[in-house]
Amino acid sequence: MKNIPISAMIGLSFTGLYFFVAIFAPWIAPYGMAEVVGDVWEPSSAKYLLGTDSIGRDLLSRMIYGGRTTIFIATMATILSFTTGATLGFIAAVSGGWVDQLLSRFVDLIMSIPSLIFALVVLSVMPVTVNVLILVMGLLDSTRVFRLARAVAVDIAVMDYVEAARLRGEKLLWIIFREILPNALSPLVAEMGLRFIFMVLFVSTLSFLGLGVQPPQADWGGIVKENKDGIVYGIPAALAPAFAIATLSISVNLVADWVLNRTTSLKGGRG
Amino acid sequence: MNEPLVKVRGLKIGATVYPPGEKPHDIAIVHGVDFDLQKGQVLGLIGESGAGKSTIGLAAMAYGRGGVKITAGEVWVNGRDILKTSLKDIRALRGGEVTYVSQSAAASFNPAKQIMEQVIEAAVGHGKFSKSQAETRAIDLFAKLGLPDPENIGKRYPHQVSGGQLQRCMTALALCPEPDMVVFDEPTTALDVTTQIDVLAAIKEAIRDTGVAALYITHDLAVVAQISDHIMVLRHGEMVEYGDTGQIISAPKEDYTKALVSVRSIDHQEKPPGTDPVLSVTNITARYKGTKFDVLSDVSVDLYPGQTLAIVGESGSGKSTLARVITGLLPPREGQTNFAGQTLSDALAGRSRDELRELQMIYQMADVAMNPRQTVGTIIGRPLEFYFGLRGAEKKRRIRELLDAIEMGDGFIDRYPAELSGGQKQRVCIARSLAAKPKVIICDEVTSALDPLVADGILKLLLELQKAENVAYLFITHDLATVRAIADSIAVMYQGRVVRYGPKSKVLAPPFDDYTDLLLSSVPEMRLGWLEQVIANRKMESAGN
Repeated sequence: MKNIPISAMIGLSFTGLYFFVAIFAPWIAPYGMAEVVGDVWEPSSAKYLLGTDSIGRDLLSRMIYGGRTTIFIATMATILSFTTGATLGFIAAVSGGWVDQLLSRFVDLIMSIPSLIFALVVLSVMPVTVNVLILVMGLLDSTRVFRLARAVAVDIAVMDYVEAARLRGEKLLWIIFREILPNALSPLVAEMGLRFIFMVLFVSTLSFLGLGVQPPQADWGGIVKENKDGIVYGIPAALAPAFAIATLSISVNLVADWVLNRTTSLKGGRG
Repeated sequence: MNEPLVKVRGLKIGATVYPPGEKPHDIAIVHGVDFDLQKGQVLGLIGESGAGKSTIGLAAMAYGRGGVKITAGEVWVNGRDILKTSLKDIRALRGGEVTYVSQSAAASFNPAKQIMEQVIEAAVGHGKFSKSQAETRAIDLFAKLGLPDPENIGKRYPHQVSGGQLQRCMTALALCPEPDMVVFDEPTTALDVTTQIDVLAAIKEAIRDTGVAALYITHDLAVVAQISDHIMVLRHGEMVEYGDTGQIISAPKEDYTKALVSVRSIDHQEKPPGTDPVLSVTNITARYKGTKFDVLSDVSVDLYPGQTLAIVGESGSGKSTLARVITGLLPPREGQTNFAGQTLSDALAGRSRDELRELQMIYQMADVAMNPRQTVGTIIGRPLEFYFGLRGAEKKRRIRELLDAIEMGDGFIDRYPAELSGGQKQRVCIARSLAAKPKVIICDEVTSALDPLVADGILKLLLELQKAENVAYLFITHDLATVRAIADSIAVMYQGRVVRYGPKSKVLAPPFDDYTDLLLSSVPEMRLGWLEQVIANRKMESAGN
């Protein structure tokens, strides 16, 4: 782990900090998530570091619990979207023919519907639980990953070493996971950093619109929604989640950049 | 002696490399080279890839490609040191006084513009000629370079002429502004031999007629011998030998030059054909999906155990397609393939694992034939694991044996392909196919991407392995020197048909059919005056007919 560039160091420490806080939220937060502790929109003080929110709950505690929910949902949805998207994309690229046509046209069909509207429609008929949220977000987003994975794998599938593997008689799974995946990893990792951030934004958007995480559960989008009226009176409570989302995105992308650099080295990334 | 046109003294060229995980550092590519070039003379720069010959050629235009920097030395052109003059002066020099012909004309022409527009661009841009003057001169040059319909060929687009013609157009482009010197960077390397000879003759004539000086860069000593007055042999960025063309090819002083001159001197005794062919294709006709054109028509050849059948032909003759048919990647429309006494299924999916194992393939480009993210041990070990179920220590032992067989040590087991040289990569590919204990290996142009000395090593290795393992090779190549070195029998292919087929001694002995004659006479020979002789012969023949 030597030779980590400074930018990656910053990214790693911030990302690490966010994940640490998310995991150990109940021990770190000074107050309970839904506990009303003070007056409405109190300014920040030694007692309430970030002040209080629209009904007098401690904003820092809400932010910590909210980050936990947001990061958990975004992470799970990213994992789901990458496993389905990449696997199907590779299968489409390697198989070609009607399998490719079927999968690609289906993905085109899904992508032709704006994903936010599609998600809103699905969530308005389904019970909004965390699992449903992850499923809807993950599957909708996997269409993007599918396109990327297929485009990358199509180029790799015509390489001589893949042909050599076919001539050897290798099965589809070996070709996908041993020949193609290691060579497609760099663009996928870069995309993963980006997708994770989109997921954070997506879940925040849904919560802001009222179809995401349901109160009294906190998440960053929900906190913006609850405190947005304060902005008119010069109360910055709604900006805290925005700041959190921005720093998280930048730090995750710094890490993704570094991983990308390491994996693009053809000498096994041992440098 | 007059002041030379170009005078290079102590030229040093370097570049910065950025190895992952290490601090960027500078490396030297060319370590101090001197040469003079008189007006109207041709200097051949010859060497293997990485010898720095192209870098030196570009330095004559005060240019460094990519991150390449000229670190020290002097380059005098027309009495001034171009490394010290202003950028404006260099701009006047490039494309005006010194011009450049690159290896791939197809990649250098703008496909969206007519040829004429590009040919006269530099001459007009430098203010040497008006547009109409430049066009007259270009038409003149087209005629001189033997292009068909010189009046109108300039109106065509680059994709509307053949590769050889386009290379000649590029020569016209370089000669159009009346430069003092032209840098030819491997201008015929990407061409077929029968095309190469025409381009070579055209370039030579144009150089003579216009009295221009030239730097001719190539890796093929036989080619450079036809065209240059002096030759400089380069290796690892240093001059090995410099001398008259006649002296270099007939009496080389240095060991390295001697090796280059005597390359392909493998003596291979032809084996008589046996009775039971291990692989025989009969009446194969094939076309690619969605086309109405037979790439192969009625091809039948036999390959006997432990022997080598060479398939010779130019690009587009269908020789690689034949390999695809035999391996099952392209099911034929008609005909069948018999392998080890059994009829092979047309499609890959219908073949048993043993059939796949016994028919292996080695590719032209070793670097894309190996997964860049697998180590040498994994690459060679996979067939052992896949076909023979070897694991652990036994697999490791067998990998060591194979590395030994290809004359590489076990230190290579944990290396990645990117850490190997071109020759080593091809050796690993050979080991991978040998690991399957095959009866037949299809070798598709396995030496054509390699430097001549390295290729020689690979051919010797293949012959030794053939003796040891009794494996048969189906050897696809366009290079007749390779064929002479390795084949027992030969099939000459032209436009998808086998035009000549038989044991090597018969195929390479007269009387020839027209195509084989053309092919054989086009292979550059390493002696002075070969080019003129061949061209004169052809002219006589066509006059006689």
